[in-house]
Amino acid sequence: MRWFGIVCVACLGLVLAVASSHFPPWGDPHSPASTHVSPRYIEKSVEETAVPNIVTAVLADYRGYDTMFETTVIFAAGLACFMLLRRLGTGPQEQLWRHIPTGVVVHVKGGVRPWIDPRHFEPIDRHWTPHDLVTLTSCRIMIPFLQLFALYVVAHGHHSPGGGFQGGVILGAALILLAISHNLRTAAERFSETTNGVLSGLGVSIYAGVGMACLVLGGAFLDYKELAGLLGVDKVHARSLGIFFVEVGVAITVMAVMYLIYRNVSSAGECDEGL
Amino acid sequence: MIWQLDLIILAIVVVCGVGSIMVKDLMGAAILFGAYSFMMCLLWAVMGAVDVAFTEAAVGAGVSTVFFTAAVFRTTRRTKD
Repeated sequence: MRWFGIVCVACLGLVLAVASSHFPPWGDPHSPASTHVSPRYIEKSVEETAVPNIVTAVLADYRGYDTMFETTVIFAAGLACFMLLRRLGTGPQEQLWRHIPTGVVVHVKGGVRPWIDPRHFEPIDRHWTPHDLVTLTSCRIMIPFLQLFALYVVAHGHHSPGGGFQGGVILGAALILLAISHNLRTAAERFSETTNGVLSGLGVSIYAGVGMACLVLGGAFLDYKELAGLLGVDKVHARSLGIFFVEVGVAITVMAVMYLIYRNVSSAGECDEGL
Repeated sequence: MIWQLDLIILAIVVVCGVGSIMVKDLMGAAILFGAYSFMMCLLWAVMGAVDVAFTEAAVGAGVSTVFFTAAVFRTTRRTKD
């Protein structure tokens, strides 16, 4: 079986190598992709959409359906992760509470919540290790800058590389950094599970909602120039703004789903402590 | 583009790709996969596909490595086969 696998992979690799040698060379102006669609985008996209970054214009406007369903795929991935891993219902049978000033750990048997002062006790799990001050402080300093950079990437996607997807991933990474450096409960105080679930659906809804608004205003689905009357700008800038709205939707979904996957994978569905 | 540099990056891509499936330590495999993604990101950037490079850096080298690490922590560190 092992040899069969190796032979299969070798044959497929050979086919791939032979096929790729028939591809047009890199940057060939006479290749099929460069002779039909690309010149149209390169010549017209700036005057039609007022977006200097052609990649963003193609992704969010000319190929708007594609990006919408990509976002839906991300949402579905997050949903599948949640359905497979999340364990709802009763928590662990034994709870551990650590007295912060002294470091004494109290074991509580049974599912009842003990009557203790939350200012002096913190809930911990069995794998708890003391947090390192350097890690905590450096992560706390880094997170706001990460989030600011992510917002820049989302908002500046029209002019520079980036956009909703990359910005959303960086926003999600900032949340994940918070969860890694502290724990999932600290992250949940700022970004609760309900918020997470709502936001992951909201982003897709924003995207589809912009498309529906175009439909209601008399155009085709995701035909942003119909938003011109609603936004009070001309049709070219309406397309630019429409791209921005859907990018925000993509960013929200991607951020929420990245964090949702991390939270469920790292805590094996308990969503309690994390790594 | 500097072809020597390109060749070195391509060689590292191949080494990381093969290494990440051969190595027994799953954590090592996750980190090698992150290195592979980062080298791919450099290749995309060299070819002028900056948007793709950005996505590769954020998703491939960043978040997916964290996901793999989280998954490794919740399973066994060493692979059985």
